[in-house]
Amino acid sequence: MDFLNFFKKKDNTASKNVAKDRLKLVLVHDRVNCSSQILEMLKTDIIKVISNYMEIDEEELDIQITQTQSDDNTGTVPVLYANIPIKSMRKVNQD
Amino acid sequence: MSEVIVITSGKGGVGKTTTSANIGCGLALTGKKVALVDADIGLRNLDVVMGLENRIVYDLVDVVEGNCRLKQALIKDKRYNGLFLLPAAQTRDKDAVSPEQMQKLCESLKEEEFDYIIIDCPAGIEQGFKNAIAGADRAIVITTPEVSAVRDADRIIGLLEASGLNDPTLVLNRLRVDMVKRGDMMSIDDVTEILAIEILGVVPDDESIVVATNKGEPAVTDEESFAGQAYRNIVKRIQGEDVPIMRFEKDAGLFNKLFKKFRRN
Repeated sequence: MDFLNFFKKKDNTASKNVAKDRLKLVLVHDRVNCSSQILEMLKTDIIKVISNYMEIDEEELDIQITQTQSDDNTGTVPVLYANIPIKSMRKVNQD
Repeated sequence: MSEVIVITSGKGGVGKTTTSANIGCGLALTGKKVALVDADIGLRNLDVVMGLENRIVYDLVDVVEGNCRLKQALIKDKRYNGLFLLPAAQTRDKDAVSPEQMQKLCESLKEEEFDYIIIDCPAGIEQGFKNAIAGADRAIVITTPEVSAVRDADRIIGLLEASGLNDPTLVLNRLRVDMVKRGDMMSIDDVTEILAIEILGVVPDDESIVVATNKGEPAVTDEESFAGQAYRNIVKRIQGEDVPIMRFEKDAGLFNKLFKKFRRN
């Protein structure tokens, strides 16, 4: 339940802040046309690839689509945000 | 110069028809010639909100199918000079009209020298929506400060822009100042920040709207109520006048006084 933690962190008691946060999140997904199912599939694939090179903390892994200011500052653009804690490197055969 | 303005929202029940009636009537009160077009075929309501339900002979589908001339179907509102209603058909559905036919209808209305043609769009994003926006020059999106309505408004803004109706403006309907003050309702700034479009007006949640709709008299004519004032401001902004948005939360003292006064009436 990453989403719930996401709201709790802010600790805003006013319900309008909950509404705003939920809306912002759902609109980011609506606008890029990305369902939580697709995001879950993406997460699984990313774990698979990275696990070839390093051991990661899958419990703490956080992948979200959020917004950021566009380069030319004309508005916001969606970004894929990933926070992947590394536990250790794997020995990779470089041959 | 005549302009076709579509009033849309995505979500149902946020006040498209009420807003259409008030904007149309408000524009007529400023001396403009206005055609109100009910594009909600099958769920006709603009007639009853306007109090013109007993005067319908022909409807929009009759005009499109050539059963009557456009002038025969336009109901003249005797109370407000220059205001006309083109009612929707009640016994047909959205498929009875195509976007091309709606475009042609808008052109014919422009030839009748209307200054403004206001189209009341049905809820949803399907055929009825596509028909309603087909002939429009600009769009006004209605929302309320609720997550569902704002989400749908965002979707509608995207669809409007994809159809070439760029820069739609927003009417925030049913704002409750007391709830905004408590932090239990999104404010004007919250909603505009999320939707990132220009605000055309804010209408407070006001009992006068219910009373006006009961009587079939648009609230814009009500000099006493805040909602009436809000609609008159919207009408001025549509005509290019620069009127500041009423910030109810900032001058809540005055608002409360007037609101209480109104409630006593």
